[in-house]
Amino acid sequence: MQRIPELFARMAGDEKHEWAAASTIDVLWVLYDKVLNVTPATVADPDRDRFLLSKGHGPMAYYAVLAEKGFIEESILDDWTSWDSPLGQHPDRVLVNGVEISSGSLGHGLPIAVGTAIGQRVAGSRGRTFVLVGDGELDEGSNHEAIAVASRLGVANLITIVIDNRSAMYGWPGGIAQRFAVEGWQTAEIDGRDHEAVFTALTAPHDRPYAVVAKIEKSY
Amino acid sequence: MTTMRQAFVKAVNDEIAADPRIAVVTAVISSNEFPQENERVVDVGIREQTMVGVASGLALAGLRPVVHSYAPFLVERPYEQIKLDIGHQDVGAVFVSIGASYDDPAWGRTHQSPGDVALFDTLPGWTVHVPGHPEEVTPLLQRALKDDNRVYVRLSLHENTEPHPVGEGFTTLRHGKRGVVVAVGPMLDRVLKAVECENADVTVLYAATVRPFDSDGLRKAVQDTDHADVMVVEPYLEGTSSHLVSETLQQIPHRVRSVGVKRHAELRNYGTAEDHDAAHDLDVVGLGSAVRSFFRG
Repeated sequence: MQRIPELFARMAGDEKHEWAAASTIDVLWVLYDKVLNVTPATVADPDRDRFLLSKGHGPMAYYAVLAEKGFIEESILDDWTSWDSPLGQHPDRVLVNGVEISSGSLGHGLPIAVGTAIGQRVAGSRGRTFVLVGDGELDEGSNHEAIAVASRLGVANLITIVIDNRSAMYGWPGGIAQRFAVEGWQTAEIDGRDHEAVFTALTAPHDRPYAVVAKIEKSY
Repeated sequence: MTTMRQAFVKAVNDEIAADPRIAVVTAVISSNEFPQENERVVDVGIREQTMVGVASGLALAGLRPVVHSYAPFLVERPYEQIKLDIGHQDVGAVFVSIGASYDDPAWGRTHQSPGDVALFDTLPGWTVHVPGHPEEVTPLLQRALKDDNRVYVRLSLHENTEPHPVGEGFTTLRHGKRGVVVAVGPMLDRVLKAVECENADVTVLYAATVRPFDSDGLRKAVQDTDHADVMVVEPYLEGTSSHLVSETLQQIPHRVRSVGVKRHAELRNYGTAEDHDAAHDLDVVGLGSAVRSFFRG
């Protein structure tokens, strides 16, 4: 992960510490470094793990990790968001190698993830679907449709990671994990900055849909 | 007698066992018509946003999803999901609606969707079929199931007495010199009757597919008349296709009359579909009056 600050700086300019503030950076790093069964050579393999970034806002951490892992050229970070750059403030799957969904509008990734996970199951694939959402994003009602459906349909190869930096306007009384647990999901709550904890949680066995709530202290 | 909906269900169920690509996603409505034991048949409960999202995910995983509900719940409620989860993800799907503009008007405004085709018209890359007879549904569906594009099929309880071939472009059913009438889907029989009643010397084109719009077919039909006067009769929001008529005829002076479900008022009436046809001047009397006044002189 040593090169992440340098890659981040190619997008963020002089904001030397911005990378550390990114709420998703640690989870993204652990996912791509140790958890996801996908490489630049297998981005079209039907048996790959699929990672869906639903919370598409603030994608610098995502692009930095994709660059470090060889999915995209580092050089394209420099002029990101320019007219003909493939990299925008929200990722576009048609433009960026390795990006599974185009996101930006909140509340779309989780329902789509239910579909890709069912598609993997139908294909007899061992692939799993990981989807990352934000706690503020959970305000969108579409997520709650999908949380209920995923469990009722027994979509066991679906893992939702909720980055909880307490962005939701009115919060989630009782905790976010409870919202999933009551619908029959397996859940875990972890420190979203602790790589060991993130790895352990994301590789824990589960026989039903699984939600990992990664808590992040809001900083800066 | 087979309805369009029954023809649709049969076309899907005939193919789903043989073609491992086909999936069906519903939100309760019509779900009992499809083989629920098939793992490619998914009902999500009354959750239309997730219905479209799940279809997107299935398409991303290489399947060919058929997405089906009553028109307002298929198109209007999850409109942003259609825009982003299907179009922006650059995947294909076959959306099939029932209910049309006001097939069951006793249910009121909540179950009426005259704006569905106009909404699809805001999004690039959609093929839109508006069949006028159950026997037209089968070939349209069979082709859509084999393809990987984005397709909307608008089914209705209203239908013409005879099916017509459903090829790529418009079908010419009548030749005249005074102008051209384009009749979309279930409007055809009424248009033909109105034209006959008025003794109008017009060409009548039949369209079961409105997107892509058969510009070449319309241009050729207009060239064979003495007046570049075009009336478009659509069973949904009036003027939905008028921008394409204008674009088609931009090189020549022309007149356009757009006929369809009126935009000006929120009708708070129940009654029958025929009552609503009359209210929107989409019955034979109203269409005859439109033909008479537009093709005068």
